[in-house]
Amino acid sequence: MLTKRIIPCLDVKEGRVVKGVQFVSLRDAGDPVELAKFYDEQGADELVFLDISASHEGKETMVDVVRKTAATLAIPFTVGGGIRTLNDMKKMLRAGADKVSVNTSAIERPQLIAEGAAFFGSQCIVVAIDAKWSQEKGTWMVYTHGGRHETELTAVKWAQEATRLGAGEILLTSMDQDGEKSGFNLALTQAVNDAVNVPVIASGGAGNAQHFYDVFTKVDVDAALAASIFHYKETSISEVKSILREKGVTVR
Amino acid sequence: MKIGVIDYGMGNLYSVEQALLRLNCEVFITSDIKVLNQMDGYLLPGVGAFPDAMSRLNELGLDVYIKQLVKTNKPLLGICLGMQLLYEDSKENCLTTGLGLLTGRIQKFNDSDSQQRVRIPHMGWNPLSFTQQPSWLPDLDKEDSTHVYFVHSFLARNTTQHEVVASSTYGGQVVPGIVQKGNITGMQFHPEKSGPFGKYLLGQWVRQVRDRERQNT
Repeated sequence: MLTKRIIPCLDVKEGRVVKGVQFVSLRDAGDPVELAKFYDEQGADELVFLDISASHEGKETMVDVVRKTAATLAIPFTVGGGIRTLNDMKKMLRAGADKVSVNTSAIERPQLIAEGAAFFGSQCIVVAIDAKWSQEKGTWMVYTHGGRHETELTAVKWAQEATRLGAGEILLTSMDQDGEKSGFNLALTQAVNDAVNVPVIASGGAGNAQHFYDVFTKVDVDAALAASIFHYKETSISEVKSILREKGVTVR
Repeated sequence: MKIGVIDYGMGNLYSVEQALLRLNCEVFITSDIKVLNQMDGYLLPGVGAFPDAMSRLNELGLDVYIKQLVKTNKPLLGICLGMQLLYEDSKENCLTTGLGLLTGRIQKFNDSDSQQRVRIPHMGWNPLSFTQQPSWLPDLDKEDSTHVYFVHSFLARNTTQHEVVASSTYGGQVVPGIVQKGNITGMQFHPEKSGPFGKYLLGQWVRQVRDRERQNT
């Protein structure tokens, strides 16, 4: 039986992990490869690197981070942030990333999803969706540019369109829950998970191990992602997994 | 000991190369038959679609080359699409003839059964159950975690029991995970991405290549 995946996300800027990481045990907690290794040992099922570098040099450094990670780690990882062309995808996948994730660039040019899927296969193409509840529209709307711009797309419709174009997985972030630590957005996750036939990763709002249990049992989503609670050691991947296991959720 | 990674222009070879290097293999990524002839064992990788992969192999004359490897008795390991290529044919996009080294056909997952929706691709960690012992794998400890990382939308069906070594289940369907016939082995999952157990499996496969090479020198 397929197990539920726990995925830590690492924000990387100019080759360094951001979000004040508190790992005294690590030689260099700002080194993405060191932190990736740490999470791997903790039992992470996959990793996501989100490159938030603005400069061209920063983006080139990311390729290096990917290459080093692939040479060290034996678990799959996804790279997102600033992937705008088929060539950007090629660079990351050839450097050893297993999947690339696209967000704003796919909304600006949906054909990018189709091109990526045709060239590398759907399993390499993750579409990341940032969604926020709109009281006026009565549904969740998609935002681009790191949540700064509202689009005309609803999260459910865009998730369906993205999978029709060839996305192999949806990484769904609730902007309403992000940073709140009060749990994943179950209603949003349910709506998107029901609308598509590819695996969905829930993201945004994890504050403790119970929240992972809730999203896996109430929505039956495939995977859940978190960043700060792992970075700030509010819980650990091994703790989340042992609690899930005790409660009967199948994990690796 | 030299492992030839058969390069037909498909997929990400970096991770698999790194995994072999970590196991102290000399790795040659090539489509050159003269170089391939010098190898002690072969790895057939692959990401992408079956028809594209077969036409690339055919263009490079590698289909014929791989078929005659059976007679040399040198070990060959197909991973993911590389395993699927070893079968008779595939229904991915259109019906395409495969290498025909193993009995069975590649088909799409049923995307629903009576109980539940089946999400495709089959993506993530799934435990293997062993129904037999591959020649290159010593007995496993019953306590060992056998989780491996799968990512695929098509699977081998109409296989013959004695060629299927280990399987997983997904959406009520049996997924052949490790298959073997003589010197030919296939792994549907990615051993290079499957943590310590994946490393162990790849390591054991490499060990037999090394043992065989030592016997011959």
